[in-house]
Amino acid sequence: MDGNIIQQFLFYLSFPFVWFALIVVALISLCAALLGVTLVLKRYSFIGDGLSHVAFGALAVATALGVTQNTLVVLPVTVLVAMLLIGMGRNARIKGDAAIAMLSTGALAMGYLIMNVFSVSSNVSGDVCTTLFGSTSILTLKPADVFICLGFSVVVILVFIFFYNRIFAVTFDENFSEATGMKTFFYRGLLAVLTAVVIVLGMKLVGSLLISALVVFPALSAMRLFKSFKSVVLFSAVMAVICAVSGIAISVVCSFPPGATIVMMDIILYIVCELAGRLVKR
Amino acid sequence: MNLIECRDLTLGYDDGIVAEHIDFTVEKGDYLCIVGENGAGKSTLMKTMLSLIKPAGGELKFSDELKRNEVGYLPQQTIVQRDFPANVREIVMSGNLSRMGFKPFYGKKEKKRADEAMEKLDITGLAKKSYRNLSGGQQQRVLLARAFCAADKLLILDEPVSGLDPKAAKEFYESVRKLHDEGVTIIMVSHDMHAALSDSDHILQIGGHKQLYFGKTEDYVKSKAYYKLGLNSHPRDSRKHYMAEYHKAEN
Repeated sequence: MDGNIIQQFLFYLSFPFVWFALIVVALISLCAALLGVTLVLKRYSFIGDGLSHVAFGALAVATALGVTQNTLVVLPVTVLVAMLLIGMGRNARIKGDAAIAMLSTGALAMGYLIMNVFSVSSNVSGDVCTTLFGSTSILTLKPADVFICLGFSVVVILVFIFFYNRIFAVTFDENFSEATGMKTFFYRGLLAVLTAVVIVLGMKLVGSLLISALVVFPALSAMRLFKSFKSVVLFSAVMAVICAVSGIAISVVCSFPPGATIVMMDIILYIVCELAGRLVKR
Repeated sequence: MNLIECRDLTLGYDDGIVAEHIDFTVEKGDYLCIVGENGAGKSTLMKTMLSLIKPAGGELKFSDELKRNEVGYLPQQTIVQRDFPANVREIVMSGNLSRMGFKPFYGKKEKKRADEAMEKLDITGLAKKSYRNLSGGQQQRVLLARAFCAADKLLILDEPVSGLDPKAAKEFYESVRKLHDEGVTIIMVSHDMHAALSDSDHILQIGGHKQLYFGKTEDYVKSKAYYKLGLNSHPRDSRKHYMAEYHKAEN
């Protein structure tokens, strides 16, 4: 039985495409974890959740319009909404959480409605399920999607590294940063754009309902154990990659849905970190 | 030499005026305390000095010597910070960013500056400690070190001891005094009249939409503004105390 599983896994790995998928999943999880630290600390976790629902709505519209490269529609829409939510966050008339609840449920309802009314395929509930919870197998990812993901996630990682010190400063104390002459408006916008990109990319992988998990779990796990910002960022990045790769491996072998499996791995990681954190404190 | 010159300044936002006819100057090496009731416009004045909001009228002039990135600022703590996973060194180091232009990473110069700031405020031993595990007093000193790292000419402190116990507050004032003794100009918004009187050399009091007093601290205790403050904002038994102080000052 064990031999079978390993054989099956090796059989999968003999396709270069599976390798690509693994790399892409690891990179997106990494991006989500990097941004996750800032989003969690800034109390923006729910924005990620809201954005993914907006992305779902946009995807439904793109599909109904028959756009083949739907990322090209979904990405700009999500970026725009993210800028509105994070960028104006400080002096918005509707308070953050209510605005997000309104937006995300609204987008979700609209998306489902459009998918039903203007359905282009025979299997509407299958389509909806895939967009909400991710593809049933990584082998169904389209090559074009994989390459788009690869490119964008590399850009996100490079931008994050380049602005790392400034992202830290703005996350820790926006008032101080602004008072000493930093363009905090720019960094809030940057954060919004990066978050939107990661969410749109990750959505194809784990689905729009689960992408927030990739954002919050590694960061929260790392914060149980580590004391400095740098170690929190590094640990959550490494752990996100490990969870993603092991989740994919398990999903391939047991034919579980990959998105849910990765999130399960993240939950296990969180529980382990929480327990370890309590042990260390004693 | 005047670092900041403020002439007939009107403070306010688009939707209304907070205070008007504010006149004061801050000279190099001054220790100015800004006092006043809640809502008097202290924090609006401070935001105006930090160029976060524009003056609604009048003028606020900075000397040429003082560029915007040479003003250090100690804001009030936010909820986000209290539980923030960052060590002391990372926080103090971030004070450097305003002077780094487009340089993405810290170099030797920045590290040295941060180390010096930590040394000056006696927190070198805490460098690797996590901010969230520090006491309130230590946290404030870390933020003061960051402000000092950002600018060593002028520091603007926003109610720095609110929420500190008396001992921590005393230690914090000592640190500020030490920086002041070394020639750093200090502007402090404060509720703590006692410390304002004992440490500062100038007082600016605002209230009732206008300036009630500006001048030397030693003259302030003899002023009407100080007397009235005692009558209005203190419970009965301390009223007696202020009356006594007032008469003593008059004689």
